[in-house]
Amino acid sequence: MSDEGVTLIVFSGELDRALAAFNLANTAASMGMDVTMFFTFWGLAVVEKGGGARGDKGLLQWMMSLVNRGGAGRLKLSRMNMLGAGKGAMKSLMKKHRMPSLQEMIALAAEQGVRFVACTTSMALMGLTEEDFIDEVDEFAGATTYLGLASQGNVNLFI
Amino acid sequence: MDADHTLDCIGLYCPMPIVKTSQRIKELAGGEVLEVVSDDRGIKSDMPAWCEKTGHEFLGLQEDEGEIKVYVRKSPATE
Repeated sequence: MSDEGVTLIVFSGELDRALAAFNLANTAASMGMDVTMFFTFWGLAVVEKGGGARGDKGLLQWMMSLVNRGGAGRLKLSRMNMLGAGKGAMKSLMKKHRMPSLQEMIALAAEQGVRFVACTTSMALMGLTEEDFIDEVDEFAGATTYLGLASQGNVNLFI
Repeated sequence: MDADHTLDCIGLYCPMPIVKTSQRIKELAGGEVLEVVSDDRGIKSDMPAWCEKTGHEFLGLQEDEGEIKVYVRKSPATE
């Protein structure tokens, strides 16, 4: 364990913001820092499997899961998405410059020991269960866990 | 500068050269020198910062027409 901690709140569910979060997480892990990513609200979509609506959902939650289907591959750009055309252009530029995809960044972060925590309150709000998330997510917790870790760390970001 | 190992990071951008350096240096013995070849000029600032944080020794860099070679000596203490 390092004596330096980095905590990142991933609140946003957009591709560009998720890339920024995972860029920092991977860099910090490479610098020997302990990194925890706390996925909450729209950020849960980043680490959802993206299998579509399932589980015990109410009507509103079911409708929400239809218009906000999760999964790293489905995220939109926060700007210039243009019904996916902008996203396509961005992905092709990233490939041309040999930049890792979001999915590759997620796998790399897990490999480097980054902790993935999903917010249980947001999960309840959106009708998501533990089975809705990719295997890299191994902790399900609340704000107290996050603040406990953040208060021990020295870098804390809300993305 | 003489290096014991070389890591080719041509065409890669932040954070990949640093991530790959951190993975590669784990395979080295303490005191060995790693040469990282990159064309991302960010590495000129990033590699000294990484060394500062991790305790490895930044030995310097050579730049030739956009190709940057940075040299890092693995800290014996991190083995």
